[in-house]
Amino acid sequence: MTRQTRIGLFAVSAAGLAALLLWAVAGLPDFGHYRGPYGKVLNSVAVGERHATNVVAAVTFDYRGFDTLGEEFILFASVMGVALLLRHERGERERLTTRIHSDAVRLGGAGFAAGLLALGLYVVAHGYLTPGGGFQGGVVLASAFALVYLAGDYRSYRALAPIPAIDFAEGAGAGGYAVVGVVSLLLGSAFLHNFGPLGTTGTLASAGSIPFLNIASALEVSAAFLLLFTEFLEELAVTPGDG
Amino acid sequence: MSYLPYALAVWIFAVGLYGVVTSRNLIHLVVSLTVAQSSTYVLLLSIGYVNRGTAPIFADVPKGTRAVDPVVQALTLTDVVVSVTVASLLLALALQAQKRTGKTDPDEVAAMHG
Repeated sequence: MTRQTRIGLFAVSAAGLAALLLWAVAGLPDFGHYRGPYGKVLNSVAVGERHATNVVAAVTFDYRGFDTLGEEFILFASVMGVALLLRHERGERERLTTRIHSDAVRLGGAGFAAGLLALGLYVVAHGYLTPGGGFQGGVVLASAFALVYLAGDYRSYRALAPIPAIDFAEGAGAGGYAVVGVVSLLLGSAFLHNFGPLGTTGTLASAGSIPFLNIASALEVSAAFLLLFTEFLEELAVTPGDG
Repeated sequence: MSYLPYALAVWIFAVGLYGVVTSRNLIHLVVSLTVAQSSTYVLLLSIGYVNRGTAPIFADVPKGTRAVDPVVQALTLTDVVVSVTVASLLLALALQAQKRTGKTDPDEVAAMHG
């Protein structure tokens, strides 16, 4: 199909799509007048039932825990796909030589990377109490290492990022999530059903098995992002002249 | 006024779709797809909004405070993760296509391996 026919076809179908979208939007509840019952129920029972003050985390790691298992595996599978596509024989090659020469950028980057690492750990640890959680915190943790590359160079990134442990952490994160589900089974309840002492609401020692699932997904997500960064950066490293 | 957030979602979707259709570069194509997908975040979050509701975090507000819907927020989280994974996989494929054919224009890549 040529470019012209494609754009012509798009123009026609876009008009139809626009009409359908307008129709659909007109049928949505008025903004601010949400009508779904589940959210209201969860907002009133989650804190009492699960001792987790972040209801979004309670939904992700408990009420919809099984869906999150699927999500973990989507992440795992696609990151493996990227590794499969990009990872190949890596013999001698030109290393990324671009180096940031400004001292201010290097110093600032190092400072911010340390701060980001601490922030990431905080966001992960308090995921079920305050806004955040394993997914968000995992991305923050991985971006601390991306900042090392951006403000420094590829060599410092490779030196600081736990490259040999990434693959293991990636698998352990996805597998660990499933293991927590199996522990529920062994304890005689449904797969991924919350177990363990619920603890005191509002403290780190609360919410039963949510913290374990939270940490498993933090491990999975941070490892997945580090693996993506590493694979794409290696790609830059093996293309001479493009660095 | 009350339909403005939905109109915004439709607009973001339209912009992303236009980018996908008219793209001349595989990287641009993937970014356009990500833009189109981000309209779903806006849509989900606006559907779950409750007038004068706070975030569904009850760490330092009394129980029973009016809060927005936590379920759509959790769905948005899933949505973001899926969007990122799809984008990374497509970017890897784009890199491979460029390495194999030396082209980044989707039309030319398709012409060589139709």
